[in-house]
Amino acid sequence: MKRILASRELLLLVAIGLVLGIISSRFPAFITLSNLAAVFNDTSPLILLAIGQMIVILTKCIDLSVAANLALTGMVVSLINISAPGLPIIVTLVVATGFGACLGMFNGILVWKLDIPPIVVTLGTMTIFRGTIFLLTEGKWVNSHEMSDTFKAFPRTELLGLPALSWFAIAAVILFTIVMTRTTLGRAFYAAGGNPHAAIYAGINVGRTQFWAFTISGALAGLTGYLWVSRFAVAYVDVAGGFELTVVAACVIGGVSIMGGIGSVPGALLGALFLGIIANALPVVNISPFWQMAISGGAIIIAVVLNAQANLTKGRIILKRAEHAT
Amino acid sequence: MTTTTRSIPDRLRSPLERNLKSWESLLMLVAIGIFIANSFASPYFLNAWNLSDATFNFTEKAMIAFAMALLIISGEIDLSVAAIIALASTAMGAAVQAGVGTEGLVLIGLAVGLACGAVNGFLVTGLGLPSIVVTIGTMSLFRGISFIVLGDQVYKGYPADFAFFGQGYVWWVISFEFVLFAFIAVIYAVILHMTNFGRAVYAIGNNATGALFSGIRVGRVKFTLFLLTGLMSGVAAVCLTSRLGSTRPSIAFGWELEIVTMVVLGGVNILGGSGSIPGVVIAAFVMGLVTFGLGLLNVPGIVMSIGIGALLISVIALPRLWSMWRG
Repeated sequence: MKRILASRELLLLVAIGLVLGIISSRFPAFITLSNLAAVFNDTSPLILLAIGQMIVILTKCIDLSVAANLALTGMVVSLINISAPGLPIIVTLVVATGFGACLGMFNGILVWKLDIPPIVVTLGTMTIFRGTIFLLTEGKWVNSHEMSDTFKAFPRTELLGLPALSWFAIAAVILFTIVMTRTTLGRAFYAAGGNPHAAIYAGINVGRTQFWAFTISGALAGLTGYLWVSRFAVAYVDVAGGFELTVVAACVIGGVSIMGGIGSVPGALLGALFLGIIANALPVVNISPFWQMAISGGAIIIAVVLNAQANLTKGRIILKRAEHAT
Repeated sequence: MTTTTRSIPDRLRSPLERNLKSWESLLMLVAIGIFIANSFASPYFLNAWNLSDATFNFTEKAMIAFAMALLIISGEIDLSVAAIIALASTAMGAAVQAGVGTEGLVLIGLAVGLACGAVNGFLVTGLGLPSIVVTIGTMSLFRGISFIVLGDQVYKGYPADFAFFGQGYVWWVISFEFVLFAFIAVIYAVILHMTNFGRAVYAIGNNATGALFSGIRVGRVKFTLFLLTGLMSGVAAVCLTSRLGSTRPSIAFGWELEIVTMVVLGGVNILGGSGSIPGVVIAAFVMGLVTFGLGLLNVPGIVMSIGIGALLISVIALPRLWSMWRG
């Protein structure tokens, strides 16, 4: 399995290299270090969300509420910023992460304690979160001039040449690579999704593991919520509308199996980068941005086909085998 | 050990299924309650024309919901339905520019729907891919094609008699769409509840492997279901395009989630294996009445969506809480 994963990520890396190569052959400016750093920075929110989503999908769940969580948390911290402009940025970060985690826990509790299918839960909370933003603001926008300067400046603050936003993505990649490969909780995520029955016999509480997956996804979505609204200096109801599907797409392209149990942080990272590079490259190579949706759709389908082939070797698709038997 | 039952993939009878009879009656009570509450809340509610208008809130979505119900009962899902509407509508719009008449437009709409359904069906049953990801992918692909074709443009200029499908009335306040909705409901109820095909759909949803060994052509049944869902999306595209009289690539945006909500609200188990068409019919009325009633009270659409979201979670959570409390 390790081998498959490795080759899978290698494949993506080659694909990304190929795309970059084609672009650079005609537009060498695209692969300058500063532009690539800008592309990475632009993709950072997607990377953060994709890591959370990957963990959720690993446990056989799906979190469709991440974008709504992001928007709601972004609005909440913006409103806090209006009423208390002097608040230190660290408090805002903690509030955003904590609030997002609470929203994620709400999903997690419904999945864990009430056994409601995750797709139903997060479909519901997705609309509830978005609606709540409207209730909080009556549809008004929080605009740039209402936010304090420190609030807006933080994601752009440069450290060693990279903005803080990028550093958060890098930190999340490192942190969760360690969590997923070096901790009991990380292995529990794989076990709960790979084979829930075996996981129970191994003493893993599958429901609780799923709860923590949703909490992590929520916390990352909340953190991204603050970074998103402060970067774009605007908060409104439809922030990141429809972004949940882009996040799922990044995971699928990154080799995360929707059946659970298969996936890795580097995979999610590469999946997000692939989509990010395409999105940033289209205007450069003079293709209408209207192509982006169809291209990512095609990329998802190709990725699923490749994923399924990786799964086939494990004998996951029972029906296929049964058909051969008859 | 609630976790044990959940983690069994081929689950047997759920509590929901056993209470199915009472589920529909419960939903019916909710619908009647909302109807009465609405008629007290707004003086404009009990008006034949207003009620007729209200049906447009759900008829198009419900047409797709019936096919989707069968698909979900069989253990699959199609999230690309709204994108199919967009693509079919775009194709019809392009045909109008080429001077195609009304009959041709309808044929094109239905054909595009069928073709999209065939693509989904092939990817899921032919290649054995999980339908939720496949249809997230085709959702981007189909709507993406609309965006490529149309960009920020709009197709207009549909022929005058094309307007009948979305704006025509058969008799007094009974719209063509409502008649079509009722007709399709009856057809799907017959298919699901009275034919071998319908039994096969339940069998596949409860245990696909078992169904295969019982001689059911699982792949073929699922492929047919994807075709039907695509076809119904085509029908809905004809009605919606005719009603709006124009096509933008963002047409019917987000409908897939409302349609899934309608199906689940109708008592269909999202994990497959159980559900009924009457339940979906009542759920369509409930959602239509809620949105229309709140609309009359000037409640903004986004606040209604809170209600729909809460309804979706609570209709599933409450029976479970109830059984936990009793057990």
